[in-house]
Amino acid sequence: MSEGDFSFIGLGHAYSPEKWIFRNYQSQVTRGQVLALLGPNGSGKTTLLKILLGALTQTEGSVSVSGQIAFVPQLFQVAFDYSALDMVLMGLAKKVGLFSQPAAADEEAALKALERVGLAHMAYRPFHEMSGGQRQLVIFARALVAEADILILDEPTSALDLKNQNAVLKWIDRLARQENLTVIFSTHHPHHAYAVADQALLMLGESDYAAGPVSEVLSETNLWRLYGLPLKRVSFEYEQKAVETLVPVFRPRADEPGI
Amino acid sequence: MPQAFQNPPPYGPRLKIVFLNSLSAVREFRSSHQWFMPVLLTLALMVTMVCSLLIGAYPMSFWRAGDITLSLTLPWAWPEEATWPLMELAVIQMIRLPRVLLATVAGMALGLSGAALQGLMRNPLVGPDLVGVSSGAALGGVFAIMFYWTGAAVVAMAFLGGLLALGGTFGLAKLARSADGIGLILSGIFVGAFCVSGVCLGLFLADDHQMSQIVHWIMGYLNEASPETVWLLTGPTIFGGSVLMLLRWRLNLLSLGDVDAFSMGIRVRSLRLVIIAMVSLIVAAQVSVSGVIGWVGLVVPHCARTLVGPDHRRLLPASAVLGGLFVLLIDDFSRVVLRSDVATGTLTALIGTPFICFLFWRKRNKGWIHD
Repeated sequence: MSEGDFSFIGLGHAYSPEKWIFRNYQSQVTRGQVLALLGPNGSGKTTLLKILLGALTQTEGSVSVSGQIAFVPQLFQVAFDYSALDMVLMGLAKKVGLFSQPAAADEEAALKALERVGLAHMAYRPFHEMSGGQRQLVIFARALVAEADILILDEPTSALDLKNQNAVLKWIDRLARQENLTVIFSTHHPHHAYAVADQALLMLGESDYAAGPVSEVLSETNLWRLYGLPLKRVSFEYEQKAVETLVPVFRPRADEPGI
Repeated sequence: MPQAFQNPPPYGPRLKIVFLNSLSAVREFRSSHQWFMPVLLTLALMVTMVCSLLIGAYPMSFWRAGDITLSLTLPWAWPEEATWPLMELAVIQMIRLPRVLLATVAGMALGLSGAALQGLMRNPLVGPDLVGVSSGAALGGVFAIMFYWTGAAVVAMAFLGGLLALGGTFGLAKLARSADGIGLILSGIFVGAFCVSGVCLGLFLADDHQMSQIVHWIMGYLNEASPETVWLLTGPTIFGGSVLMLLRWRLNLLSLGDVDAFSMGIRVRSLRLVIIAMVSLIVAAQVSVSGVIGWVGLVVPHCARTLVGPDHRRLLPASAVLGGLFVLLIDDFSRVVLRSDVATGTLTALIGTPFICFLFWRKRNKGWIHD
């Protein structure tokens, strides 16, 4: 198993006895791959991410991780008015001794990481005053400065407009393809998984899941089972390139069949 | 479209821009001159300490007091033949100096522990008295008084009481699954109320001497200052304060939330335990010698944050110095202007509560997060 590889076998978690959120889940990702986690609300996506992160101990099964993990939580409010630079600097926690404070060189490294995500000019701007997309980029910079091998993101596009959703997906792609990071992210948007992920894990039920390459797992049948809604695969040509994506067919009218 | 809608109102937005610019200028100045404000505050505290020695109820000329203070502060300036009466020397050395030191260190202890607690609990609304630690320390101390224990034993019992109360607050909030925000404050109020009822029970069972001691504890008095009480407070404050100062950057990480801090390699539980223990120790020492002085630990970190920003690397020292300055000035006011034994705790509450009401009003639309 090389650095950045990630796998789990027979994974299961129950918050109270015999009330399984999920059970016997299995998946494997190698360095530089992107894994998308899809499931309806309450299916345990965040629980699974916390287990992968090591912040929660699973009830059964095993997780094998090789390398450093960085975590990007769902868009969050910070209790205090830290600057973007302060936030990125925190990524160096493992390098700075317990009783030490970050040195000037650490601040420089944090500034460089901000520069890489194109936000160096906002280094001293308060984190909470930034837009959702910028905040997400600051957290990416924090992962970069931590020199992580694996990046775990909890619904990174959930609170963003379309432009920022695209920016975040672009960064996920860049981190995986150019920085060779393993990326695991949860999402409610199958077309996001389709756009950037190599593998997908669909959390269909307690011990019902589908895992594997995106083209196989994100089938119309599986997605119908997951969301109770038809999702169509659509192919077309855009700027001389063949594009394939997933389109949900919303049927909101009261006289339509379905949920 | 009517003309009025096409043009922006003449002053509002421009004023807003000027205000925002000035804010960003403050921010830039703050980040490029990181140590300017803490150094300025330290100088202000030192000057105030010296000036506090010059004023008091005892009739003594300002210049004489200045002479004695200068000789005490700079030992090499001590004259070969001192001309001042022994009484005046004793007033400054034995009465004013311990009181000034006690007020300063008690304020520093409260400012420091308040800032650390706010970071630990990710909540700018908490202070040692609001999360039950002061009341817990008072209950522990009352327990010691009931058994006629004195000195370090009182501090030890107050420490135990404060530690148990703070642990109880965290435990209760966790049991209720609301370890963030208002849940922590509510459990702090419950635990604090329980401890206060214990203190009142002690009051009921106490003899006359014990009763006056317990009342002093509840009200927060600084008038029992002596070299012993100064040492009793300074020792634990230096120890606990040094540990907190060394861990101050880690407080930034803890304030992001458990999962986030864990993902960055922080051992959240043990770090939190260490910080709780140090805060309890400092507050216990402060309560043991000067009683419950409320609101300082809540108000002072707020003010310090506006001066030096939220980064705990600068906030903790600034909050300590500002706390010392605040309590010292209040004590000076009580000694020199009021010339009566109004409890320091009463005065800090009189100033602290309207201030926190003002902050509450100012944040009406933004929430407490946007400090």
